[in-house]
Amino acid sequence: MTSIEFSLDPTSGVPTYLQLVHQVEHAVRLGYLEAGDQLPTVKDVVASLAINPNTVAKAYRELETKGLTVGRPGQGTFIQSTLNPVALPELSGLQRSLLAWLATADTAGLDEDGIVALFANALREFRDRRSGSGVRRGAASDEAEGVA
Amino acid sequence: MNVIEATRLGKRYGSTWALRECSLAIPDGHVAALVGPNGAGKTTLLNLAVGLTTSTAGTVTVLGGAPAGSPVARDGIAFVAQDAPLHKNLSVTDMLHLTRNLNQRFDQGYATARLGELGIPLDRKTGKLSGGQQAQLALTLALSRRPRLLVLDEPMASLDPLARHDFMATVMAAMADDDVSVVLSSHVLAELERVADYLVILSRGSVQVAGEVDDLLASHRVLSGPDAEADRYAECLDVVHALHSKAQTHFLIRTDGSINPVPPGWKARPITLEELVLAYLREPGAASLPGPMRVRFAEPTEVAQ
Repeated sequence: MTSIEFSLDPTSGVPTYLQLVHQVEHAVRLGYLEAGDQLPTVKDVVASLAINPNTVAKAYRELETKGLTVGRPGQGTFIQSTLNPVALPELSGLQRSLLAWLATADTAGLDEDGIVALFANALREFRDRRSGSGVRRGAASDEAEGVA
Repeated sequence: MNVIEATRLGKRYGSTWALRECSLAIPDGHVAALVGPNGAGKTTLLNLAVGLTTSTAGTVTVLGGAPAGSPVARDGIAFVAQDAPLHKNLSVTDMLHLTRNLNQRFDQGYATARLGELGIPLDRKTGKLSGGQQAQLALTLALSRRPRLLVLDEPMASLDPLARHDFMATVMAAMADDDVSVVLSSHVLAELERVADYLVILSRGSVQVAGEVDDLLASHRVLSGPDAEADRYAECLDVVHALHSKAQTHFLIRTDGSINPVPPGWKARPITLEELVLAYLREPGAASLPGPMRVRFAEPTEVAQ
């Protein structure tokens, strides 16, 4: 029995193999997948999503390179480590406070796009502060926008 | 190993060249998609490769060097022509019987197991099956021959979305299980994005683009910027297709990634396979080919305006 069902979003613009990688990472981060859990076989994924087996193999290679999974010949691919040092009770606490914050933002009149933009902005600021490069942020982000 | 290799291949019907100076090499282990407008020569190329017709000029070999149409080639290739070729008055059982007797190799166990999974009634006449079931039956018969190369000509044209999905799932599972290489022609670009990892674009009887999908996507970008600056930058960029609107210009460019091609104030984003195919189909003069073959073609056109 496998513990993850993949699904694809054809409109996201994200390459198929990356969508698979992200879904495993999310499942691990949120505790749905734990060390020792088995990922579906390449053939199972291929038969349910009708995608190229090379794409699934590429996603599984990527996960292995990241150290998240380990392939055991003849047996399959297994979750090796967890990305998530935060325990489940704390996670659900964080989820609750985030939901409360979302309700406040909604009351204040922010729509979904506005919320996403605000969050992305705050995350960027938080990241910059933590890495201590806050001073150079303006110049760096202008440059990045030209390239991105 | 190349599953199909063509060298200056040509096919003339009367005074019309359906295929001309066509050179390409499709590597094994891939799902190679053959796309192009109607009349580009897709079916002609596939018919030549599987040995259903002979060439007027040039050569085509399959499965690592076997001449197309030779016994080795015929044994290793299964071909499903357009519109599920079945004898409509035969029952499914009779169709299995016929295919088994006409081929050296036939995996009866696989065929019956697969038809069982699909819920296709064995006693029904094939003409009375649904379009999706007919396509699945033709595919099952082809795969029961245990081919090394599966060639599909417009396999999904007449299928509804669910039948298409199930059809491709069967093809992909065969590839995962038995290392079958696949070459298919298709008009359905959205489906190709999920399955194809090698792309060949045919245009006017010649190869316009050929390569691994990942490489092609990595070497093309869409640049967007103010229309006023467009002409100036177009000269120093390798533009495949340009789209001008009132205020903005979008360039689909080719880049080898070694230099940063984004002019200041412009935005670059990755492209999808569908965008890439459409851009080349709109610009039949532009070409993107692996190394040595490029010299045979005219210089890529600049902005076509």
